[in-house]
Amino acid sequence: MARMKFLCDAERCIECNGCVTACKQENEVPWGVNRRRVVTINDGVVGAEKSISVACMHCSDAPCMAVCPVDCFYKTEDGVVLHDKDLCIGCGYCFYACPFGAPQFPQAGAFGLRGKMDKCTFCAGGPETDRSEAEFTKYGRNRLAEGKLPACAEMCSTKALLGGDGDVIADIYRERVLRRGKGSEVWGWGTAYGPGRPGATPPQPARKS
Amino acid sequence: MLLTRKASGQAVAQSRLARGLSGALAKTMDRRSFLKRSGVTLGAGAVASQLPFSMIGTAEAQSAPDGKVEVKRTVCTHCSVGCAIDAVVQNGVWVRQEPVFDSPINLGAHCAKGASIREHGIAHDSHRLKYPMKLEGGKWKRVSWDQAYDEIAQKLLQIKKESTADATFWIGSSKHNNEQSYLMCKWVRLFGTNNTDHQARICHSTTVSGIANTWGYGAMTNSYNDEQNSKCMLFFGSNAAEAHPVSMLHTLHAKENGAKVIVADPRFTRTAAKADKYVRVRSGTDVAFLFGLLYHVFKNGWEDKKYIHDRVYGMDKVKAEVMEKYTPAAVEAVTGVPEAEMYEVAKMLAENRPGFIIWAMGQTQHSNGNAIVRASAVLMLALGNVGRSGGGCNIYRGHDNVQGATDLGPNPDSLPAYYGLAPGSFAHWARVWNVDLDWLKKQYASEAMMAKPGITVSRWHDAVLENPDHLDQEGRIRAVIYWGHAPNSQSRGLDMVEAMKKLDLLVVVDPYPSATAAMFAMVRKDGAYLLPAATQLECPGSVTASNRSLQWREKVIEPMFESRTDHMIMYQLAQKLGFADQLIGKKDGKQSIKLVKGKGGMDEPDIEDITREFNRGSWTIGYTGQSPERMQAHMRNMHVFDVKTLRAKGGKDAKTGYDLTGDYFGMPWPCYGTAAIKHPGSPNLYDTTRHMMDGGNCFRANFGIEKDGVNLLAEDGVASKGSDITTGYPEFDHVLLKKLGWWDELTDEEKKEAEGKNWKTDLSGGIQRVSMKHGCSPFGNAKARAVVWNFPDGVPLHREPIYSPKPELVAKWPTHDDQKNRWRMPVLFKTVQQKAVADKAHEKFPLILTSGRIVEYEGGGDETRSNPWLAELQQDCYIEINPKTAADRGVRHGEFVWVSTPSGARLKVKAKVTEGVGPDTCFIPFHFAGWWQGQDMLPYYPEGAAPIVRGEAVNTATTYGYDIVTMMQETKTTICQVAKA
Repeated sequence: MARMKFLCDAERCIECNGCVTACKQENEVPWGVNRRRVVTINDGVVGAEKSISVACMHCSDAPCMAVCPVDCFYKTEDGVVLHDKDLCIGCGYCFYACPFGAPQFPQAGAFGLRGKMDKCTFCAGGPETDRSEAEFTKYGRNRLAEGKLPACAEMCSTKALLGGDGDVIADIYRERVLRRGKGSEVWGWGTAYGPGRPGATPPQPARKS
Repeated sequence: MLLTRKASGQAVAQSRLARGLSGALAKTMDRRSFLKRSGVTLGAGAVASQLPFSMIGTAEAQSAPDGKVEVKRTVCTHCSVGCAIDAVVQNGVWVRQEPVFDSPINLGAHCAKGASIREHGIAHDSHRLKYPMKLEGGKWKRVSWDQAYDEIAQKLLQIKKESTADATFWIGSSKHNNEQSYLMCKWVRLFGTNNTDHQARICHSTTVSGIANTWGYGAMTNSYNDEQNSKCMLFFGSNAAEAHPVSMLHTLHAKENGAKVIVADPRFTRTAAKADKYVRVRSGTDVAFLFGLLYHVFKNGWEDKKYIHDRVYGMDKVKAEVMEKYTPAAVEAVTGVPEAEMYEVAKMLAENRPGFIIWAMGQTQHSNGNAIVRASAVLMLALGNVGRSGGGCNIYRGHDNVQGATDLGPNPDSLPAYYGLAPGSFAHWARVWNVDLDWLKKQYASEAMMAKPGITVSRWHDAVLENPDHLDQEGRIRAVIYWGHAPNSQSRGLDMVEAMKKLDLLVVVDPYPSATAAMFAMVRKDGAYLLPAATQLECPGSVTASNRSLQWREKVIEPMFESRTDHMIMYQLAQKLGFADQLIGKKDGKQSIKLVKGKGGMDEPDIEDITREFNRGSWTIGYTGQSPERMQAHMRNMHVFDVKTLRAKGGKDAKTGYDLTGDYFGMPWPCYGTAAIKHPGSPNLYDTTRHMMDGGNCFRANFGIEKDGVNLLAEDGVASKGSDITTGYPEFDHVLLKKLGWWDELTDEEKKEAEGKNWKTDLSGGIQRVSMKHGCSPFGNAKARAVVWNFPDGVPLHREPIYSPKPELVAKWPTHDDQKNRWRMPVLFKTVQQKAVADKAHEKFPLILTSGRIVEYEGGGDETRSNPWLAELQQDCYIEINPKTAADRGVRHGEFVWVSTPSGARLKVKAKVTEGVGPDTCFIPFHFAGWWQGQDMLPYYPEGAAPIVRGEAVNTATTYGYDIVTMMQETKTTICQVAKA
């Protein structure tokens, strides 16, 4: 069974924001809610500037799931972390727990006034019937059910953002690392999928599942 | 970087697309494309997955949705890379967009603009111009198309009668497709003037002129894809990561395979962040930098001596000048780059061949732009990098069809395809157009005016404000038509507004009303009309990417609101002005372009017939072989083209049976001869390692056979592969063909046409066919010119910018003398430069101001700033300033500042404090408009048609300065002061 993962290759990410608008238009995400964004660190500093695209990483052991008081999160058989907006009470605990700042809220305000949490669904919709209008309105497009991958990764301008079966994207990335002869550290990978050593673990050789 | 995050305000309704959407997509995903998605495609390493097969089952099992779902293949309209898009249209509504992984150009990839292009099809919340409007009593008032046409036509005819057609100025568009661009070029001539221009003037005119004069064609020599075959790429004057993001797909892939990436720029850009080596150069010192590199090349004997001997003229003169004037000390004084760094870069270039130099407007938009681009070409020639795969001058064009509009469109100095304005050129095109030449001559003020290059878009306002006695035409400009062009992309905004005050008539034809409307309404009560044009997603046609490949767009949706296609508007306006028949070539029982039913059943010229017409006439640059049928076959079969070579290894088009084998994708021009002879297109220009019928070529013989006794043709043994003539030779004409004994290889019909003609004017294509059959280039086999003796600086020369921050260098490297008449007008050089020095302008304005692109927006930005998905990402205009500069002025990140320049203008923008610029330099992106010196211009836009994001246009404040050859404006180097607001 595939295990869906994201990986952003900082050697390739140029902060073009293609992933951001691909997500916005495909899922009709309103202003102010940013399921995906690109972060550039050390802007303008020679030799130190890096850009990475960040969204929900669909963690193996997702902290949001662990802290949610109404247990609105669930994980699909492909390892995609989804949530049920009908259950969400907008408390914001998931936002505090998430190491990637993924959960978004449509309104500002105190406890209970933020509205239903919204985040990246790996383009896999939500609990409603696959590809129904209800699912689209609440969660956006269900591309996985159409046999497609997340719009952000499919449209990435430099193929920096990889999304899909973790084994396959690890293979792609490993090949790049070998070719470059450097830079095997992947931002966020260890935190999201690794054994708990933040940022330290490069993708390991694929195991047949 | 987002300075402000406004979450509310003009947010987009989430449900606006939800209507009628249910499961629209099952049909667009077939099994083959699914497998392609899930595999690792090509070397570039695509996104991949291995979904469980149960998922495919689910997708395929979905019942077919209601409503007709169609997939239309189009090409992004936001830059010159040419990214293909599959638009999913349901019941005539554009509901989704899908990546085209098969495209050899973009492999499904998009930047922020391409990934959100579907916005163009959304009617709800649209910021488009929705119906014709007229400015009346200071208010924009809705009028009918007929009323607008009648009043505009009446005014134009009156102006023409009183002041000749030269009193009008027609600003065309690099966003028109090839057919519309070509039609507009013709349209303006039929009206009787050469006063027409478009974005290429202010984008790459210096490149086109400088590079064409160096070796033949003024275009990008290779393709983005060919960078994968390169060992070294010097980005100098290009921030591709923001301006051409998808090109970086190929660049970064090359880098991973060991190619070196060098970025030299006043700013540490997003491109620089990906480089092996970054060099900070002072803005406007490009020739000194390039020749500084050449100094080390010559000093260390790194030049390719055999190549120079065989294929280059005048390198010895360049060498003498380089060694004398561009010593390491002199270069450091000018550019600020120390000797060791210059040496290091030169060594990288020398040790990693073949290599590219890559540029965009960083080199071109300077008051000595023509010299800068030629210096780049000379550097590549010295290294032997030109005319081969993996090396050359990869000149990135800006707009999606600026290459095509340059080649075929409304240029003031040429009829389509660089034929110029000579009597013979008009005779050639009148024949192709099926227009009576004598009638055409009468449309013009005189035959003398017919041969005189028109006014340029960079200076139309000067042609309004200048003393008419100083103009080289009958009186000043009275009417201006902005047909798909932004006003904020031209420098000296203050003067433009002054000119608007004096105009008799302004017409804006555009999908968006654009800042032109607002600027005009700010100072006028009446005298303007706005006509809503359709976008390129609302009509079919061909588009030429930067690499010279032609792609065919299908029409995605019908023109929205009351908008009409540009070619329909051209035809209808021609009807009102009385030359509709000439526009479609209706004469003597023949008709060149048929009429078809367009929007609302109204007549419009058939796009494919327009393609066929320029196919029949554009022999000079090989726009003859790309028939609509061939282009469409390429678009249907993108998967057969190789990413590294762009070549089809095989394949037949299922629909037409056309055999694609050997074609290069999009048949990059020159694609010589008729479509029937199946020239494959030329992926890399001047490549002698290939046969002519395989896309090979030589340097063009366009400048004579010898100069002052020195041979200008290629040396013995140098010719394209398989050529029957193995030495230099001139261009082909009927005489040469007869001398060679090849004349009888023409068919009788070809002979009849070719008699007395040359390779450019023989409409049968026979001369081209026979010369290529013998492996010879129709345009001859010559040397490239390192010295362009017909330009003011034959050997490129560094000249300080008009507004230089360093007066001591102005004394040593002064600009040109003032010119009395260039492009129908006087142009100032020394007067302005010396006044700035005398006034000590560099003390009042101690910072260098430069401008450029950001990834979210395009061009003048009216279109992209109206797209909510893009607008959210950049909500303010800003200035990049160094932390030291900011600290010295008490300015903090995110605060408003006033930016002032010697023009007298003041801009209110936000400060982005970053080390990306040095302490002496500031940068403002050029896509903003809609603020005027601190004031929001919202009240001056037609209601509901103002862009979501508005800000100061940097060009409101840019200063005087033009290239002596092309009237390119200086926008990349001026001076400014920044103060806390």
